[in-house]
Amino acid sequence: MIPFAGWDMPVQYRGLVEEHNAVRTAAGLFDLSHMGELFITGPDAAAALDYALVTAPGKLAVGRAHYSMIVDTDGGVLDDLIVYRLGDTRYMVVPNASNAATVSSALKERLAGFDAVLDDASMRTSLVAIQGPRAAEILQPFVDVDLKTIKYYSGTQTTACGVPAILARTGYTGEDGFELFVAWDDAVRVWDTLLEAGASRGLVPAGLGARDTLRLEAGMPLYGNELNRDTTPFEAGLGRLVSFAKPGDFVGRAALEHAKDHPRKALVGLKLTGRGIARIGYPVYLPAATVACGSVTSGTSSPTLGHAIAMSYVPIDKTAIGVEIEVGIRDQRAGAQVVPMPFYKRST
Amino acid sequence: MDIPDNLKYSSEHEWIAPSGKTAKVGITGYAAEHIGDIVFVELPKVGTQVTAGSSFGVIEAVKSVSELFAPASGKVVAINERVAKEPELVTAEPYGAGWLVEIEMSNDGDLSKLKDANGYRDFIASLPE
Repeated sequence: MIPFAGWDMPVQYRGLVEEHNAVRTAAGLFDLSHMGELFITGPDAAAALDYALVTAPGKLAVGRAHYSMIVDTDGGVLDDLIVYRLGDTRYMVVPNASNAATVSSALKERLAGFDAVLDDASMRTSLVAIQGPRAAEILQPFVDVDLKTIKYYSGTQTTACGVPAILARTGYTGEDGFELFVAWDDAVRVWDTLLEAGASRGLVPAGLGARDTLRLEAGMPLYGNELNRDTTPFEAGLGRLVSFAKPGDFVGRAALEHAKDHPRKALVGLKLTGRGIARIGYPVYLPAATVACGSVTSGTSSPTLGHAIAMSYVPIDKTAIGVEIEVGIRDQRAGAQVVPMPFYKRST
Repeated sequence: MDIPDNLKYSSEHEWIAPSGKTAKVGITGYAAEHIGDIVFVELPKVGTQVTAGSSFGVIEAVKSVSELFAPASGKVVAINERVAKEPELVTAEPYGAGWLVEIEMSNDGDLSKLKDANGYRDFIASLPE
């Protein structure tokens, strides 16, 4: 167990690689109760979120969800999050645990003037995620809906394992999977039920360690590593999220219109070709340069691919696939190459 | 927990197997288990001088980097090339095929500062979980 964003979280249950591989080949069960859950309700909920976030949640069909960001007025990323439209006038926003309080207060501020209210349910809502190619068959007997009808990036109110739940087909692993938002007091029942039922199909509990290696292979950014207030969505390669087409102003619009054409850095995926494993904070160099041109934001030995992978910010003209980069690992330089992200993509 | 009786142990969880002037060095089963799935081992070059208590290499799991500390001073006379290619050997056989380096010891006194198997067993029993 380690402290994480104010929570005690398991890094691993049985072993990181075993848990990682289980999610890629069968299924893993994650306790993500640390994540924030913010409900925004009211006649203006859609308009308020259009103003507060960079995407256009107002355009989401009821039951659908999308990946979004909340930025500061200067365009710096405050958090990345998922927005679920639960009803015409009801949304759920799921921020990172480390930013839940920041997002909650920023949203509350931005809701002023709109006929919408925010209910921060983070401290009474648990999140249990089941991820992996066998997630659907394990979960199906315990939910009231036909999972085939639940599309990727959608969410619906239902009953799971006998308790009220918001069921969503979302995740952070690069695999198919589901997330179940339930009341705190119901979480243990959901966890125990699924774990017991799934054990024979290869379901294992998975910790923060596997969560990080899975999301990294899937090329998904982590706030605090790839994303922070000094980074714009464009620099992080997520400019497609920003909806300039939506009507009206939104927080950060002016800054982002400028930032779009003035990135100061660019996020790339790296495959290590030399010996060693690039880790967060290790300096990144252009070949033979003495001064670093960036630093590793996330890095690991990839359990699925069998070699070391990393993400790093580099100068904006060094993002082409195949560009040679060097990573400073202790007193040596290891060769690396810019490769496409995601590093891993599931075959189905 | 496997702790062979014929070895000496450091508080940094390295073992050493003296044989005349030279000695093989590796990490203990306890260390291997705690590090988890070992994916990378960085060892010194043959000929490198190592100092008791100082770092001589690095062992990495998927999510962690751990330094290796020399249990005794001396010159590296051999390294285990196999673990460079198959780091998982360290996890599987920490006292056997997963040995790391062989050193020519320069200070006989170093060995007397190390723990025997019983001493090491007591030591790890005293560590917090």
